This record gives sequence, structure tokens and C-alpha cells, in this order.
Amino acid sequence: MGEKVLMKGNEAIAEAAIRAGCRYFFGYPITPQNEIPEYMARRLPQVGGVFLQAESEVAAINMVYGAAAAGGRVMTSSSGPGISLKQEGLSYMAGAELPCVVVNMVRAGPGLGGIQAAQSDYFQATKGGGHGDYRLVVYGPASIQEAVDLMAHAFDVADRYRTPVMLLGDGMLGQMMEPVEFPDYQVNIPVKDWITNGASGRPARVISSIFLKPEELDAHCWAMKRKYEEIAENETRVECLGLDDADFCLVAYGTTARICRSVMEKARESGLRVGLIRPISLWPFPTNTIREVASGNVKAFLTVEMSTGQMIEDVMLAVNGKKPVHFYGKTGGMVPAPRDILAKLRVVADDPEKGRMN
Amino acid sequence: MATVVMKRPETLKRVITHYCPGCTHGIAHRLVAEAIDKLGIKQKVIGVASVGCSVFAYNYLDCDFVQAAHGRAPAVATGLKRVLPDSVVFTYQGDGDLASIGTAEIVHAAARGEKITVIFINNGIYGMTGGQMAPTTLVGDRTTTSPEGRDPAKAGYPIKMCELLSTLEGAAYVARASLHDPANVLKASRFVTRAFECQLERKGFAIVELLSACPTNWSLKPIDALKAVKEKMVAHYPLGEFKGGAGSEA
Repeated sequence: MGEKVLMKGNEAIAEAAIRAGCRYFFGYPITPQNEIPEYMARRLPQVGGVFLQAESEVAAINMVYGAAAAGGRVMTSSSGPGISLKQEGLSYMAGAELPCVVVNMVRAGPGLGGIQAAQSDYFQATKGGGHGDYRLVVYGPASIQEAVDLMAHAFDVADRYRTPVMLLGDGMLGQMMEPVEFPDYQVNIPVKDWITNGASGRPARVISSIFLKPEELDAHCWAMKRKYEEIAENETRVECLGLDDADFCLVAYGTTARICRSVMEKARESGLRVGLIRPISLWPFPTNTIREVASGNVKAFLTVEMSTGQMIEDVMLAVNGKKPVHFYGKTGGMVPAPRDILAKLRVVADDPEKGRMN
Repeated sequence: MATVVMKRPETLKRVITHYCPGCTHGIAHRLVAEAIDKLGIKQKVIGVASVGCSVFAYNYLDCDFVQAAHGRAPAVATGLKRVLPDSVVFTYQGDGDLASIGTAEIVHAAARGEKITVIFINNGIYGMTGGQMAPTTLVGDRTTTSPEGRDPAKAGYPIKMCELLSTLEGAAYVARASLHDPANVLKASRFVTRAFECQLERKGFAIVELLSACPTNWSLKPIDALKAVKEKMVAHYPLGEFKGGAGSEA
């Protein structure tokens, strides 16, 4: 392991990507993720890579598509409005089964919205923001260290399953500074015997997402579905805290989960037994973990998000009516304060049935 | 002993195409295949197919191919070329793809001097979707979405892409040819070859626009469609090498 260095989230993520073997970056400026392309513009040429500022996010993701087809370990990054523009390319990449990593430093929407941190793009990230029957693997790191650790994993998962992977952060994760340690990376890019790099000594290959015969597209989509089931089986990640004796369970991811961790500690100091489920992979969602907790002694769930309530839908599906599910959220760039979450927890504890969302 | 003076290019597959009778895509495909054969680059060529009638170009050209989203072929080609700078990357795009939905991508690929070759099929109509108005539809021409004829007061004017792109410093070779008769096809063949040579010489962005016929959606017999290319399209879209041609300074 290396030494701890103090770094801004966006820059640490960019450095982690390079150490994970990423050599190609195509992007377009948008706040609050500009330090990623800026860092890549400085660093990639030093390691023999290519940085290119595209004319738009639409072009950037299609450059990523081309670079992935050529076998490059490639990424892009953006936020809200820019990620919306990348959905076309993500759908095509999913359909053509091309690997890439997309970093999304979420800002508040809809529309131009604001530039402060938000979690309002959970639906877009996890429910298939583009068209068609596909899934996007989505990780929601809660610290810069975790984001750094997840980068190499994200590239590996993308290559292993030939699928786009998204790292879903937020403006706060991108902009804040924390001490981070870069692990000793073993870059292990699998042999890609499907790329288009010129048909030399082999038959010509085609990379495409078009299947005009319904029977073929049906078969393709079901094959992809089986792949997604395999991903759900192998790649679901979740952190559980204080669940052994918990009466109440917080559910939160990313920045909000960090806040909920201190809420949990404060609640326990005041005698309220609170646990925390922190989904790390947002798709695949840790449905089984939540289902098991819902079958136990927990009296109610409180989902906390920087949105008006998006992940809560997955929480409610997992809980399946067994226990009340409540919500607390701030959006538009507002960050939930620990005392306000704690106050909501007390209201839920007083009467778990009152105001339940499910 | 017999001498072979003409044969099917190796890069052109021996299959029946899905193109309509009288469509000039077949000629354009052959010109691309001939250029690839002539330059001996088949093993390092990667084509980028676009959205439109030529979406299945890879069924007819025997080289690696990537199918791109509508209008994005130059961006996909950029990604391929930046990862594999020694490969030869070309896009094959129609007028709706290149001059409408993909205008930003083609202009910026040219402005960057992206070392790719672009084959641009201009038949002034959306063929695959059934005959809608294209950015290059001539004033007065009837299409399913300009049923009274293209009225510039409502639908603007046809775009001359070669003229537009030749103003960009990154564009090293810009030429327009027509496929309406053998003499012009021969000239087109030279332009297509030159556009690939330009990439091999790492000079910059290269594009060849090929004026083409769409008898089905023009509601004309194939022979009359070629006549329409000669008489109407060539009048609006002047032929020749705009930049980087033989004898030019660039």
C-alpha cells in the first residue's frame, strides 16, 4: 500500500482510474466534475494515454463506444444534464455489449437544476436511463477512499461482463478533500477476442446493437438478462451496521449514508437502537439483505436520500409490506442535517405505523 | 492468355444486397472496396456503419465494422482511431445521418483534423424511413414531409457540406463526385482512393461526397433518377476537389 495523500474526490477518482489501467478519456466540461477531465488532460499523456475534449456529451460517449470497440480501457465522466445526453450511447453500449466506466457526479435536477450535491438521478442510473431492455451496473461510494477502491473494480466488472458500469457520486464527493491511499493495483485486462482492430489473420468482426429479426433480438435480450442475473448473483455489495439488535433501520447510500452513520451513533447514545443498511451497489440492489432484515425484529425502516424519494421504491419492494417504510429527504442541493434525521427517527419510533410510505 | 481487366473486389462480399433497383449504394460500396483492395489495407480497415439504408454495409464489405448510433459515426470513428492510430478507419454515412442529426459530430471531427475517411452519400432524401425531407433535399422537391415541395420560407435551404467543411483547417481532403454515369463513377473512384490515401499519409480529415440516386423514394425509374442526379443535383452541388486534390497546395 502507498502513503496517505490528501486529495479532492474528483482528482482521486481520476488517478485511481489511471492506476486501474484506464488509458482513454473522452468528456465534456460540466460542474461539479470538471476536475476529472482536467486531471486526465494532465495525466493521461504522461502514461501514453489519450485525453480528448469532445464537442458534446453525446459525442463523448460515442467516442467511448468506438474506443471500447477498439479494445481500449476507457471512461467518461459527467453530471446530471450531461449524463442525460449520454443515455443514447449507454443504451447502444449495453446493446453492443461494450465495457466502459462512467463517473456521474450528481448535481440537483431536473433541467439545468443546480450545481450542488444531490441524489436525484438514482432512477436514471438504476432503472435504465436509455431505451431498451438493459441494466447498468451502478456503484454508490460513500467516501473518496471507497470511490478509489471501487474504480479498479468497476473497470474489471465492465470487462468481465462486457457492460457499461457507472460510479454514482455526488457534487460533495467530487469536491471535498480526504486522505486517500491508493492500493497496489494489479491491472489485469482480459484478452478481448471480440474487438474490431482490423481483420488480420481472422474473419472480419462486427460490433452492433441492431437485430431486425424479432426472434434474434428476443434471444439477445434474454441472453443479456441471464448476464444481469449473474451480475446480481456475484456483484451485489452492501454494508450493514448495528443490525444485530436494531429496532429501527436506516437505509441510505453515498454521502447520505455517511450522515446516517453519525445519526445512528447519536441515536444509540440516546438509547434508540438503530442500524444502517448501506447499499454499495445500487444496481444490483441488495434486495435480499433488506428482505432478511425486514423478516427480523426491526420495527420500521427509514430511507434517507438527497431526493424527494427514489431509492425508497427499491427499499419498499424489498420490504414487501412486512414492516413500515418511512422517508426523509432533502433535494435541490440541500444536504440532510443529522439532527433533522434524528428528529424524524424519533417520530418513527413513537409510532412506526403513522406516516408509513408503504 | 486472357488478361483480367475487371473483377469483383476482394473486399466486396459475393451476396445479394437489400438495396432497391437503381440505388447507387452498390456502386459506392464497390468504390470503397476497390480503394481498400488497391491500397492493400483490408487487414487494418475498420468501417463505421451509420443509420439509414447503409446500416447493413457490413453485410457487403468484408472488413471489421462497428455500427454507430444515428449521426455519431464520426465520434465512434474518433474513439477507434485514437485507440488504434495505425488502423484505417472510415465512416459511411447518408445525408440525414451526416448533415442533420450528426452535424456537430462531422464538423468537429473535421475541425480536429481527425485522421479518418468519410464516405458521404447524398441522395437528398431519407431512404430507410420512407422518403422524408433531408437537409440536402433541393428547393421545390417533393418528399413525404414536404408534400408541396421544399419551401425555403418554411424548411430552409439544402446544406452544401463540402463547401462548409472545406473552410475548416483540420479538413485535409474534401471532394464531391457524382455516380450518375461511368465517367463520373471513375472520377469518384479516384476521389475515394485519395480520401483513404490522405488518412494513410496522416494528413488529416478526409471526406468524399457522392451524389446518389434514390429511384424508389424519388418515384422515378432508375434511368430517370440518374438523369435527375445529372441535371438537378449536380447543378446545385458542384463537383470536384475542394481541398487537398491533385495539384492543390494543401
